[in-house]
Parts: sequence; C-alpha cells; structure tokens
Amino acid sequence: MNKLPMNQPKPSAINTLRRQGMNHLVTVLSVLSTILVLAPLVAILVYLIYKGASSLNLAFFTHIPAPVGEPGGGMANSIVGSGVILLLASLMGIPIGIAAGIYLAEFGRGRLLANAIRFTADVLNGVPSIVMGISIYSLIVMRQKHFSALAGGVALAIMMVPTITRTTEEMLATVPHAIREAALGLGVPKWRTVLSISLRTASPGIITGCMLAFARVAGETAPLLFTALGNQFWSFKLNEPIAALPLQIYVYAISPYDEWHRLAWAGSLVLIVMIMIAVTLVRIFANRGVLKGAS
Amino acid sequence: MSLTRMTTEREPGTPLTLPSLAPAQFAAPPGPEPVEAGPSPIREFLSKRGSGRFADSSFAAVMLVCALSIFAIVLFIFFILISRSKLSLTAFGWKFFTREAWDPVAGDFGALPFIFGTLASSFLALLMAVPLALGVAIFLTELCPRPLRAPISFLTELLAAIPSVVYGLWAVFVLVPIMRDNLGPFLYKTLGWTGFFEGSNFGVGLLTAGIILAIMILPIISSLTRDIMTAVPNSQREGVLALGATRWEMIRTGVLRNSRIGIVGAVMLGLGRALGETMAVTMVIGNHPNIGKSLFAPANTLASVIAGEFSEATGDLYLSALIEIGLALFLVTIVVNAIARLMVWAVTRGAPARVA
Amino acid sequence: MGVGIQVENLNAWYGNTHTLQDINLHIPANHATALIGPSGCGKSTFVRCLNRMHETNPIARATGTIRMGDLDVYKDASPVEIRRRVGMVFQRPNPFPTMSIYDNVASGLKLNGFRNRRILDETVERSLKQAALWEEVKDDLKKKSGASLSGGQQQRMCIARALAVDPEVLLMDEPASALDPVSTSKIEDLIFQLKSQYTIVIVTHNMQQAARVAENTGFFLNGKLVEFDSTHKIFTNPRDKRTEDYITGRFG
Repeated sequence: MNKLPMNQPKPSAINTLRRQGMNHLVTVLSVLSTILVLAPLVAILVYLIYKGASSLNLAFFTHIPAPVGEPGGGMANSIVGSGVILLLASLMGIPIGIAAGIYLAEFGRGRLLANAIRFTADVLNGVPSIVMGISIYSLIVMRQKHFSALAGGVALAIMMVPTITRTTEEMLATVPHAIREAALGLGVPKWRTVLSISLRTASPGIITGCMLAFARVAGETAPLLFTALGNQFWSFKLNEPIAALPLQIYVYAISPYDEWHRLAWAGSLVLIVMIMIAVTLVRIFANRGVLKGAS
Repeated sequence: MSLTRMTTEREPGTPLTLPSLAPAQFAAPPGPEPVEAGPSPIREFLSKRGSGRFADSSFAAVMLVCALSIFAIVLFIFFILISRSKLSLTAFGWKFFTREAWDPVAGDFGALPFIFGTLASSFLALLMAVPLALGVAIFLTELCPRPLRAPISFLTELLAAIPSVVYGLWAVFVLVPIMRDNLGPFLYKTLGWTGFFEGSNFGVGLLTAGIILAIMILPIISSLTRDIMTAVPNSQREGVLALGATRWEMIRTGVLRNSRIGIVGAVMLGLGRALGETMAVTMVIGNHPNIGKSLFAPANTLASVIAGEFSEATGDLYLSALIEIGLALFLVTIVVNAIARLMVWAVTRGAPARVA
Repeated sequence: MGVGIQVENLNAWYGNTHTLQDINLHIPANHATALIGPSGCGKSTFVRCLNRMHETNPIARATGTIRMGDLDVYKDASPVEIRRRVGMVFQRPNPFPTMSIYDNVASGLKLNGFRNRRILDETVERSLKQAALWEEVKDDLKKKSGASLSGGQQQRMCIARALAVDPEVLLMDEPASALDPVSTSKIEDLIFQLKSQYTIVIVTHNMQQAARVAENTGFFLNGKLVEFDSTHKIFTNPRDKRTEDYITGRFG
C-alpha cells in the first residue's frame, strides 16, 4: 500500500483542509453547546442558593405563613403537607408499581398482554401531570365536593406507577434465570421464589427506581392545584385541603409581595435540596447495585 | 463426515476394547448399607407443607391485577375526561378545535388559541433544544475526555430533576427581566424586520416560554440521544475511521446515520414533554388567548389555560370546555409518546428504562 | 433413603419440537445412574421431567407416567411437592448471591417456612459435611456470601443445598461441566459417597465420568433412549450399533 492506484485522484490540499476545518468546527460547536446547556443549570443553582439561603431561617421550618403585610412566617405546614401527600402517594404507588413490574418480568415474558402493558406504562409516563390533576379532580373532588390530601396523593401515586413498574421489570430481568431455577428446584413455591430470591436480588435497582419516581413527583405542582389545593394553616386530615411545598412556591412566586418572593426562593432551595438528597442516595444505591451484580 | 467414518465389524457378544477404560475404573457397587433411621424431622415437615397451588395462583392473580391497573388508569382518565366534557362536546362538536373565541362571560369557547400557543411554544423549544442536545450527546459519547463524562452527564440529568415550578420561579425573576431589558430589544433591533419581534415587549410571552421549555426538555433529549448513540456498536465507528474519515465524518456516517430513528424518537419524547409542560409555562407565557406572529406577544397553551383558569371556572360549560382541552392534551400526548416510544424501542431494545 | 423411579411412555415437547420420544426405563433406588449422549439428545430434558422443572418453561409440556417410589409424579402431587423430594444440581453453580453460605444451604428449608434453629444448624453442618465442604467454610458460614466461594466450592455448596432438604432422589445435570479437573474429581468422589443413601441420576457428556461413578448408564440419541443397561455392559458390550459408535468416539 505504498502507491495509490493511478485512476484514484490524489486528495487535494483544499479538500483536506475543508474536512479538517469541518471536523474542528463540529468539535467546537459540541463543546459550546455543552457549555450552553450547563450554563442555565449553574445559573439556576447559583441564583437559588444565593436567593434562598439568605431567606432561610429557623422560622421557615417552624412557622406557618404570615398574613399579607406581616413580615416573617415560614412554610412548616407546607413541608409537612408535602410529606403527608408523598407518603400517601408512595403507599399506593410503590406496591402497585412493583407488583406490575413483577407481572411483566416473572409471569408475562413474551406474552402479548405483557407487551401491551409495558407499552401503556411508557405512554402513561408521558401523560402531562395537569391531565392527572383534572382527572382526579373529576373523580374524587367533584364527588366528595371538597379538595383533599387524599386526592393529591392519588394523583401523585398514578404518576409514580409507570416509572416504578418499568424499573422493577428491567431490574428483575437482570437477575440470572439460574438463580430462580435453583429456588424452584428446591421446592420453593413460585411466589416465594419471586419475593425472596428475584426481588431481593434486584432490590438495589428497584429501590433506585422508587427513589427516582419519588423525586420526580416530589416537585410536581400541576397535579396538586385542583386536588390538594393548598392551605395556609396546619392540616393533618386526609379529607381536607392540605398545603404542599411546590404549591406554596407557586402561589408565592406569582404574588406581588417581596417578602413572599423571598419565601418562594427559600422554599425552592429546600425542595431542591430534598430532591438532590434523594437523587444522590439513588446514585449510591445504583453504584452498590452494579458492584453486587459484578461479583 | 459419515463417509469418512471408520466402522469396524464386530461379532455380537465379543467384548469391545476400550484403551482408555481399564475395568478397574468402573464403578464398584455402593459401600456398606447405611443405618436406617426413622423419617427425619425435615422430611416430615416438608411433606406436611401444602402443594402451594393456591398461594401461587393467588399471587399470580394479584400481580396481574396490578399490571392491568395500568390499563385501567389510562382508560379511566380517558372516560372520565369524556364524561366531564360532554357539555362542551355537544355544544361545540369538532368545531371546538377550530374556533378562536374564548369568552367565559358569553359562554363562547374554542381551543384554537391554545392549540396555537402549545404548538408555537413547543416548536420554539425544539428549535433551540434539538441542536444543543445533539451537540451535548456528541460531546459526551464521542469527544469528552473520560474523567469528565460522568460528572457532565450527572449534571445534565440534574437539570431533569429540578421541579417545573422552580424553573418557573427562576424564569419569572431572572429570565423575564433579561428578555425585557436586554435580549428583547436586541432581537428587535437585529431581527425586527422579520416581523417576529413586533409589539410591546413585557418580557413574558411565547419566546420566553419557548426558552424555558427548551431548557427543560434538553436533558431528556440529550440523555436519550446519548443512550442511543452509545448503543451504536464500535465496529461501525472503526469501519468508517479505517477509511480515513475525520472524526466528524465518522460521527455523521457511522453514528448519526445509524441512530437517526432513535434520535427522532428522543426528539418526539421531548416534544411530548413540552406539549404538556404546565407550571413554568403558565408563569411566563402571559396567559392571554392570542394568535399572532410576534414572539413577544403573550399567549396561552392547552396546559397553562387549565392551570390558570380551572379553579376560577364558574359555570358548567366553562369547566366542561377546560376539561375538553385536557382531553385533547391527553390524546395528543398519548399519540406523540406512542410514536416516540416505538421509535426509541426500535433502536435500544432491552436498554434500561429511563425517567423521561 | 432413596426410592426407585419408573418411567413409562414419557414424551416431551418444547413448542413443536418433540424432544423426548417414548422413554421407558427403571432407575434403581440408591444407585447412581448416568445418562450420556451428544448435546441436544434430550438427556437434560429427561432429568428436568423427573422433577417437573421443564414445566417452568411455558412452551414445554410432557405426557406419560413417572413413578417415584409409590408416588405418581404427574398425578399425585404439585410440582412444588415433587421438587421438595427431589434435589437438583445444575450445570453451573447457582448460589443465591444475596445470601451467606449458611443461608444458601438452609434456603430450601427456610424459604419453605422451616424455623427450628437447632435443626437448621444441624442440617447445615450435616449437608456441608456430606458435600465435603464443611472444613473449608465452617469458620465463616454466616460471614461470607455464597457467591464469594470458588467455582468448585460453589458447586459443592449447591450440592449441600440440595441435600439439606433431605431428598430421596438427587438429579445432577452435568454438575462438573463448568469446573476444573480437581474440582471435578472432588464432585465425582462425592457422588460415589452419596449414592448409597440417595438415588442419583447424573447427566454427563463425559463418558469416563459415567464409567467412574454410575452402576447403570442410559444412552440418549435424538430424543430416544437407545440403550439402558449396566455401565459395564454399555461400555464393553453394547447391544446397539449407535451406542458403540458413540462410546468409541466414532460419532459424527
């Protein structure tokens, strides 16, 4: 290969230059776009920490909102309210999601029904959260004639199900078939094999999926607008309107008062920190899971 | 094979000679008989355990019911939205989607301004997000130094973890002033002749909504595109590089061409998200039913009109019209997501599920 | 103590493939029986029919009669009950990765709801001794994961796990095919020890192994049992031409 065939044109210098130039241009462009994408993230985080941290104080975590015009006040009831709604949502969404994932991975392999359910779950995952909100409003709030924490919990639970279902299925699929056979061969019933062997082996990944679903709905506002509604006071009853952190941030953000804007920033910072903690825990779990799978 | 196989004829009954197996190697009969014990407690316990048939079939049934509940959820949303929007469905019929009127006082409703607002803001968002997302994905899969890869993809995924309402808050207090005081006037001066940047600029409007949407859908598109591009086998890259291609030519012919269906699917998933995105858009779009050429003008989307007016909707027809808008949003996002999923599935079959 | 197994007119299918055709044989109690044949001949399917493991694959089915002692495997009991009486060792060691050595061995009892700690302790020790693994692992029974052992140790742990439920029959599906020669010979020694107490059926593609451990040998070809006889007879004076071709290595 030390001679080019006669009939093949020699690459011209200009052509090479053009190709090299194009190559460099694309490299620069892709680096630039990465910077452009990361810039808003950094901007948002920096601004959030700057604005939020300066408005955070102990009262934020211990007080309920102050009336208009009065300084001070906090979001204690919103933080607790978010906790209540998320607990309700997790209690409903996580078991159903995991069970559906178990069906897809352990009972439905290769069946048409399972494929249809898998596809529906993926599509449901993309249904806008506001649609969930008005559906649950139509189902629960219109019937009961009042807004409630329960309605908010159901709306968020429905949003958690498809994510958890799909992660559970994917994680169960990584459990080697030989391990299931070992348990079945010992005369362990299938239900016990699924719960004690498959599910337990896949548990790091499944926990990851649940945390991701949790983190995702923790910041949701739209499904709560017409279900949980929000509340300026303490409320622990499931059939009454309840405050939630994202709702309160929204109300304060579009209000005309500076004091409330400050609280909105503080609330956002708290919300983000809570979600970040969840996501970071997920990362740690996921990494542990990977190591376990390799051994 | 059978032709070359050697066969030796052998008289029936004569022993075979197997050089590798001396007779001493054959298994001897088992050693001394073990002492016979009574039935062990283990054998006794296990023989008393049930057949497990009932537990197994009820377990399978419960799992199936939970899986079917996913169907039930989708069907339930569909039917409840239809039944609650009947009033508006019968009052306006299909014309609902082509009427421009939105007059709660007169009870006259049409969804066209919101359809326009949704499509325009989503289109703007895709216009900005797709090239950037492709750039990021190319950078992460093909160019990025290895130690930087994990932190950068972690950061882009963090973008996806920020709640919509926080994006909205940031947009209201940072993006809107920038639009009003810097970017808006600049665009008017340089591109005002196109007619897209006309009218008074308050900082809120279609363009601002498009920008915040672009920021929000970027991580979805880029992380999915990255997964799809990673799924392209290295042999494809090496094959193109071996022909003397530059890195860009390798990316274009070896990677992008092989993953284009998946990338289109990822873009569609981003579109599905943009169409239904509510809070951040509601906070910056201006909330005015309006169809116009100017990107500075306030508008309203299907999702934002529900968020903004649902709780104040007085009168059954008003509420019903808003629910019909929700129904339209539901159906459109289902179709967009279904097409997108099929496209992504076609490329990354078996790759892990992603929160999108 | 083991029981004999009587197989009559056993037929098995995977989808439309007829993998076992009219199998009839008697496997004597408390002896080792080897099943040999080229890969894909149906010998693995056959042992999986014995404890109804083949049913775990939704496209598989089987007809015929299998009697284990006085129990009709396909009529008198559920698959779960059959498998509790029949231990199975698989081709590759398959320890439960999340469990300690102790829990791995005790799993057949624990997962079936057995709670007596004293008997569990005794059983784990007894089974590990039977599997000749006790001395190697007795110090970190509960500390080490079952997956942290070497391949040969894992397989012996899987044998201990199968023995812990006190089975009557022990099925081994090419138990040494994934192991090195030293581990293989340990497994063979083990089979030799165990066959006085259990009815052992071992699938192997290694003819020397069959000759070393089994009193009886069956030769499978294309889903049919070509010949079944004492190992000595099969290897020195087979009745069938195809058996002879196979054991003398003249097979396609």
